[in-house]
Amino acid sequence: MNARPFFPAVTAALLVFSLLKLNAATPPALEEANRRKILLICEGTEPRTLDPHISQGVPEHHIIMGLMEGLMEHDPNDQSKRLPGLADRWEHNEDYSVWKFHLRDNAKWSNGDLVTAQDFVFSYKRILTATLGAPYIDALYILKGARDYAAGKITDFNEVGVKALDDRDLQFELIGPTPYFLSAILHTSWFPVHPATILKFGRMDERDTKWTRPGNYVGTGPFILKIWKENDVIELVRNPLYWDAANVKLNGINFYSIENYDTQERAFQAGQLHKTQELSLDKIPYYRREHPELIRIDPYEGAYFYRINVKRKPFDNPKVRLALNLAIDRESIVKNITRGKQKPATGYVPPGMGDYEPLDVIHYDPDQARRLLAEAGYPNGNGFPKFNILINTSQSHRTVAEAIQQMWKQELNIDVGIENQEWKVYLDSQNSLNYDVSRSGWIGDFMDPVTFLSVWRTGDGNNNTGWSNPEYDKLLDQAAQTADPQKRFSILHQAEQLWLSEPSGVLLYWYTLVYNLDPSVKNWNPLALDDHNYKFIDLEENGIPKLSLAH
Amino acid sequence: MIKLIVSRLLQLIPVVWIVLTVTFFLSKSIPGGPFSAERQVTPEVKQKLDEYYGLDKSLLEQYVHYIARVAHFDLGPSYTYQTSSVNEVIARAFPVSLQIGTLAFIIALAIGVTAGVVAAIYKNQIWDYLPMSLAMAGICVPTFVMGPILAVYFGLTLKIAPVSGWYGLDYAPLHPMILPAVTLGLFYAAYIARLTRGGMLDVLNQDFIRTARAKGVPDRDIIFKHAMRGGLLPVVSFLGPEFAGLISGSFVVEKVFNVPGLGQEFIKSVFNRDYPLILGTVAFFAVLIVVFNLLADLLQSAMDPRTRK
Repeated sequence: MNARPFFPAVTAALLVFSLLKLNAATPPALEEANRRKILLICEGTEPRTLDPHISQGVPEHHIIMGLMEGLMEHDPNDQSKRLPGLADRWEHNEDYSVWKFHLRDNAKWSNGDLVTAQDFVFSYKRILTATLGAPYIDALYILKGARDYAAGKITDFNEVGVKALDDRDLQFELIGPTPYFLSAILHTSWFPVHPATILKFGRMDERDTKWTRPGNYVGTGPFILKIWKENDVIELVRNPLYWDAANVKLNGINFYSIENYDTQERAFQAGQLHKTQELSLDKIPYYRREHPELIRIDPYEGAYFYRINVKRKPFDNPKVRLALNLAIDRESIVKNITRGKQKPATGYVPPGMGDYEPLDVIHYDPDQARRLLAEAGYPNGNGFPKFNILINTSQSHRTVAEAIQQMWKQELNIDVGIENQEWKVYLDSQNSLNYDVSRSGWIGDFMDPVTFLSVWRTGDGNNNTGWSNPEYDKLLDQAAQTADPQKRFSILHQAEQLWLSEPSGVLLYWYTLVYNLDPSVKNWNPLALDDHNYKFIDLEENGIPKLSLAH
Repeated sequence: MIKLIVSRLLQLIPVVWIVLTVTFFLSKSIPGGPFSAERQVTPEVKQKLDEYYGLDKSLLEQYVHYIARVAHFDLGPSYTYQTSSVNEVIARAFPVSLQIGTLAFIIALAIGVTAGVVAAIYKNQIWDYLPMSLAMAGICVPTFVMGPILAVYFGLTLKIAPVSGWYGLDYAPLHPMILPAVTLGLFYAAYIARLTRGGMLDVLNQDFIRTARAKGVPDRDIIFKHAMRGGLLPVVSFLGPEFAGLISGSFVVEKVFNVPGLGQEFIKSVFNRDYPLILGTVAFFAVLIVVFNLLADLLQSAMDPRTRK
């Protein structure tokens, strides 16, 4: 039979292929972006909303920080400090419970309107209106009367502790001394929204209106929203009306939503990104060894730990919980498994919280662990019931859990299983205390230990362990009434010590952020909350050319 | 013929209704809700959110409300994309998947049918073994392996295609749809090759082919005019639902190349407990399946007189 008709096709295909090869030297997007001063960064998941009052996730937060600015703004070098934002000066009373802010005269919305104190009052009324369903509504409960207003106990917003003294002057009355107020108001929930725009697209308390779409969005930040292509890219361009526009170095920022870490890394290698969100575990050693100039490992204000359900036996016994803590070789976990320079947790609140020193209490001490377990009635693990570590489905969580499983078996002779659940099922199990030990993490919202310690308050929505100690609650209340920062920290230290003496968790390590960063990005400093103030970021046009990274 | 088309399209209504009903109750039975997160919202806020989205009502009320909405072609708001309705989500994601899927379909057909026909002609010779081993390998290599390989080779080594994304990538010589389409296409090509070979062998052994040969009809005409018509029938019945599957997107390929298609919405909507989006994408897929099965049937009856009534 005649086979000839089929061979020309193969030959043609080979020819086309070799032609493509000749045409291979296309400049990567990065060079062009550097020339045009456009930062290309990846934020992981697609943001659900760009409304500062409704947003909850980290990607949302990062994009909104380009679009909006509050009274203060982030310091580009140190997360425990901040710079004046829309307010150019402020004062507080002696016990930090009444704060007055003066808005700068050139603070403008991106549509040209002047930012007024009344805009802030409108914004706080909006977020405190319960029907809006703002996830961070409780962040504003430090305002006098805010909790009652949200609960409907008072209906007159004038009774809430925020007042526009005039167009330019804003006054806050807080429920108690809040020395960390300037840091708290850096959060997006304290950002203003443009009243006329909100009302143009819906009611004040209406969710999901079209005001956050490109063309509609009116903000106060250094950039404005130009393009929003879902699951692909959000493009921000320079806002010429921003009060400090002269000092903004970038002409735009493209935020890419790429969920898959490997795809992020490929996009970085292909010159499509300046920065990835996170590097997958298995690639960390390669970059640390071969291309340390392309990898960044920054400390991050977060703790990785396991929750313990203290409502279940034998975990109701603090000695058992301590024994579980002391039997873990954290050094080995961060060195051999996570490999991202994470710090073994010796306390709960991570280092870097300004003057709040991290505690050095929990160590690897298998002898003491065995003693405690014996005291609790389980010498050499005899009679200890088998229990499960609950994890959400993920290879890295499983690897860590397996190491811990082995350590507990080896040191304490107790048998542990690992159960994985899909994310939302896992959250449901954790919230309903339907677990023995559950993988957890906590990331700080602002630079104060309270953002970590409040979790263990009796009945806190994020406690999820059943742990409660009236003395602990009293210490937190006492700290909330203490104006002197040093005294306050020492009370909070006492509270943390107390929790650590009968922990409702197994502490593992303090987070780091591990990601790829192109050397052409300037002023991208390690920041504890990963809140980068984009106006200080710059791109170097003739950056050192990247080495070829062919696999 | 027209009767067949009309009756099949009318069947769509009960099909979609049954699919929606089953999906509705299944999706509500999974633990967790759309607003659960690592940092929990306060109980008051949770209650307001449930009220706002009607999740505080009884399941039956929610069901009736939803079906009434769908009857007006409104698939409701998405919880994940808070400023978009489900209709809008499908309207922007489907065109992306349609482009990738159609190109993948063409690639799959071109490679699959060619390889299958060649293999059938050279039965038990090198030109049978070679394409069929490649096809076997193609079936065995999943898209999540093939995708990254293509991305690394064409994106990082040759630098002629973007490795990620869809919008604003005009600088690369290859359109961002090419690599995802090739990844998907190669996978389906392997199936089509095997189906084509089987179908062609069946036909080539039949009497009418021998008669044609005896009459001196040239080989080319025997293959293209006589054998392929019957030999491709199994492929066509396979392609109907597969085409619907291809153009509604592939989660894996969309994640590997980060293209904003419909496939990931199916999967992510379940992860996010975005009930309206789960139901909307499932209903949309059901409609596609019915329509393309109908088209496949029509095409088959055009190719094979025996299937005509």
